[in-house]
Formats: sequence, C-alpha cells, structure tokens
Amino acid sequence: MSHLVEVENLRIAFPTEEGGHAEAVKGVSFALGREKLGIVGESGSGKSLSGRALLGVLPDYARVSADRMMFDNIDLLTAPKSVRRHLRGGRMGMILQDPKFSLNPVMRVGMQIVEAIRIGDKRMAGSEARRKALAVLEAVHIRVPERVFDLYPHELSGGMGQRVMIAMMVVREPDLLIADEPTSALDVTVQNQVLAIMDELVTRRGMGLILISHDLHLVSKFCDRVLVMYAGRIVETLKADRLHEATHPYTKGLLSCLPSIDGSLAPLPVLQRDAAWAEATP
Amino acid sequence: MTTASELLAGQKRQLRAARWAEFKRFARRFSRNRLGMVGLGIIVTLILCAIFAPLLATHDPYLPQLAKRLSPPSAEFWLGADELGRDIYTRILYGSRLTLLIVVLVVITSAPLGLLIGAVSGTYGGWLDAVFMRVTDVFLAIPKLLLALAFVAALGPGIINAALAITLTAWPPYARLARAEAMIVRNSDYVNAIRLAGASEARIIFFHIMPMCLSSVIVRMTLDMAGIILTSAGLGFIGLGAQPPLPEWGAMISTGRKFIFDQWWVATVPGFAIFIVSLGFNLLGDAMRDLLDPHLRRRT
Repeated sequence: MSHLVEVENLRIAFPTEEGGHAEAVKGVSFALGREKLGIVGESGSGKSLSGRALLGVLPDYARVSADRMMFDNIDLLTAPKSVRRHLRGGRMGMILQDPKFSLNPVMRVGMQIVEAIRIGDKRMAGSEARRKALAVLEAVHIRVPERVFDLYPHELSGGMGQRVMIAMMVVREPDLLIADEPTSALDVTVQNQVLAIMDELVTRRGMGLILISHDLHLVSKFCDRVLVMYAGRIVETLKADRLHEATHPYTKGLLSCLPSIDGSLAPLPVLQRDAAWAEATP
Repeated sequence: MTTASELLAGQKRQLRAARWAEFKRFARRFSRNRLGMVGLGIIVTLILCAIFAPLLATHDPYLPQLAKRLSPPSAEFWLGADELGRDIYTRILYGSRLTLLIVVLVVITSAPLGLLIGAVSGTYGGWLDAVFMRVTDVFLAIPKLLLALAFVAALGPGIINAALAITLTAWPPYARLARAEAMIVRNSDYVNAIRLAGASEARIIFFHIMPMCLSSVIVRMTLDMAGIILTSAGLGFIGLGAQPPLPEWGAMISTGRKFIFDQWWVATVPGFAIFIVSLGFNLLGDAMRDLLDPHLRRRT
C-alpha cells in the first residue's frame, strides 16, 4: 500500500541576523497512511513547522529542503504554487490552535464556511453552499446551526469557535487533516468533546490525521502512532498503546514527569536533558 | 419540530434585538459627544441645503440684476448681492451642491485607491511594497495645492478636473494607513486559516485584509474632508476650479476680493460658509475617531 504522505529528511532553516542559517527542523522522516498519527514534543521542537511545511504555508524566507516530500503521489517539492494552493483546503486541511484568532472577526461564521466551500467549487449556488455549511455545522455537533450560522466569532464560546474552525476545514472532505494543538486553548471537558468530534469525522470519512500536541497522554489515547520530537529531530516512534515500552531517555523522562493517581506521593522528577539527544539520530 | 423552529425564530428575534440595542448604544455614545453632535448638525444642514436648494432659494442663482448690483444685506437680498446683482444667499445654497459633489468625488476615488495600494503593498511586502511606498513618498513630498495646480493646468480647469487633481494628491495618506494595518493583519491566525483553506492572495486581500483597514481609513476620511473643501476652494479662488457662472464658494470669494473694502459681504459670506462647513467636518471627524479608531478604543 502506498502511503498518503511520505517525508524524508525534511529540513527547515531560517536566516539569522548574522547572515547564517538556524536550522529548526533537522532531517525529519515519516510516512503516514490513513491513520491517526500524533506528533509530540516541547515548544520549539519543530512539530508545527513540519506540519506547515507539508501544506506549504511557511513564510518565503524559510528555507525548506527534503530528499522526498510526497502527498498521494504528488511531489510537493516540485509542484508549482498553484497546485499546492489547490491541494490546500481541498485535499489537506489544517486546524489552528486558538479559535479566538483563527476566525475573521468581522465576518459571520456561516459565511466563512460558505467561503471555504466556494473556494473549492466556484459554480456552486449560494443556497446549496448554505445548505452544505449548515450540514457540516450539524456534523460538528452544533445544536442549532441556523442560529450559529449568523453569529460573529466574538459571539461564540471557545469550544464552539474551535468546532466552527473544524467545520471550515472538513467541509471539503480533505484526505489529510493536520491539527496543530487544536485543544490547548480549551478546557478539559471541551477538549474531549472536540477530540471526539474529530475522531468521528476522521474515522467516518477515512482521512489521515496528524495531531500535533505537547500532551503525551492525550495523544496516546487518541492516535494510532506517536512520533516524539526533540530539537528538530524525531527521537522515537511508538505505537500509542505501547507508550510504556519507550526506550529513548527523553520519552522516558517525559513519561516519568506525569503524575498518576495511584503512584507514589514523592515530588515528580525533573527532566534531565542530555546534550547528546539533540545530536544523535536514533 | 414546531417547537424547534419556534425556538429558532425566537432566538433570531433576540439576535436582531441585540443588534438593534448595540446600534442604539453606539448612537448614545455618539450623542454624548456634544461637539460631534454640532458637527453632525452642520453636515446634515449642508446636505439638506444641497437637496432642497431650489425650494429654499429666493432668487435665480444665475440671473443678473445689474440695477441692484452690490446691494447690502436687506429684506430682498438676505446676505446681499454680488457684482452682477445675484443673490448671495441663493448662490451659497447652490454652491453647497458643488462643495458636496467635490468632497464625495474625491473621497470615493482617493480612499479606495489608497486602500487598495496600501493593502496590496502591506500584504505582499518585498519589492512591490518598496516600489509603491517610494511612489507614495514622492507624492507626499510635493505640496498638495501645488500638485493639484499642476494637474489642473495639464487637464484644463473645471470642477471634475479639480476633483480629479485633488484625488491624485489625497490618496497617499490612505495608502500609508492601510499598509500599516495590513502589515499587522497579514500574519494573524485567521488570515493563515483562510490561506490554509486554499484561498488565493487576491481573495485574502479583498475580503480579509481590506475590511480590517476600513475603520482607520474612514476616520482619516472624515478628517480629510475639511482639507478637501479648502483645497477645492483654493483652486476655485485662483480660477482653476469651477468656472463662472457656477456659484462655487472659492470662486465667489475671488470675485468679492475686488470689493472687500467697500462691500465686505461679497467675499465674507462665502468665506464664512467654507469656515463653518470645514469646522463641521472636523468636529464630526474627531467624534468619529473617538468612536471608531481601534487604537483609541483599546485604551479606554
């Protein structure tokens, strides 16, 4: 079976003030089928950048290079900008972290979903697009979609905003959905609701999902496979249900930092970093 | 299902009521600003004068009565008569139409032009931004009236050409403003979100960046209107704006200049009209800025 996404030796660098380049992602390789893949790592480990590089929305000054970057047998490295733009939204979607900032504050949320639909199909009639938008709002468990359709983003709660954002990205049924910390701006109960909705959509429509997060537990509950990133490299790949079998000291360190309800009452250990982790490739 | 739809109708009604209440709150905040209300009153009066000029006028604005030339303010000529015996009050009324015409023409051409240039260069950055902004710098460096003069001289005198000339001098500040706002907005998450949904750059600029620049452009626009009136009166005064016998206020001052020592009303009355209308636009602009400017609003 050929993979939906194949990335080999992805490197992303940014120019520095001194004229050199700072590498933020240093040789990341992974493959993704129609499954749920989690990427975890601390801030600055390059997980969001890798996701954005796949979609091609990094700023112009970022230098992206890779040996291979394929999406459904399309070579993303050589594809012209217009092809990549058609891929975005239509075949790959991305959910951003904070619903407060990721919806246009001066547009009714329904119209933003309609706009996302219309970008894909310019000839679709307005009433048809509206019907589709209402249906997708219903699919993300918004109870009275007709009312929410006419609201502005500031009139929504955080959880509703995130669901609207998800609706906007799944309405055109992409093959790959990248969720960049979709729940870190939400409280715990809403987190679970939003994840459940995403799980339902991904399973029912057979999408591939990349969930970027720093919450190891959440990712392991939700995904099939977990990549652990540290300082721009993947240090370990694990089956989600075999998390306790982690071999890399960084993953082990992270796991031992998590409190457990029937564990010992001693203070949690502080992660001891090892300079070798940033250098070595597993 | 009836309950659901009833519920929905009720909620929609509530929503509409909430929006109406929001509008009323805005109106109340505006009405608390006394000077702003004075400005609004002056502008509304100006617009009413322009619309109902034929009803309010006492004479024909163009028909000379040479026997009564330069008569002082009286029961027949409320504000006096000019050098051809035409009623100044009537001419001021008809002149308000020309003033409004120029202001509207300039505003509807220069603001969108500046907005477009500013939004595009702010969003793209790079060499496009450099080119647009240097052109803007050049236009900003030349004195406004002088540049307008040069354009009118090239295009020929007339009211439309005057408006066009003022437009060409009025757009750079809008471009600067819109660029500054666009540079803030272009990296915001929601612009990224719509880009992630596959929107083209043109769509992003027109539907997602320009609306965010609007409020500061509108504020600047209201404050600029006084300047536009003064510039157009200036052009009229040196004979390059509206041509006789059009009752343009600047041109009226210009003809009155010859009689300023003996028949003061011929030049003073249109001067006063310009002064009051400019003041009105300035007061209104200040009030609008207090209400709309996002930077000021955040502070309070």
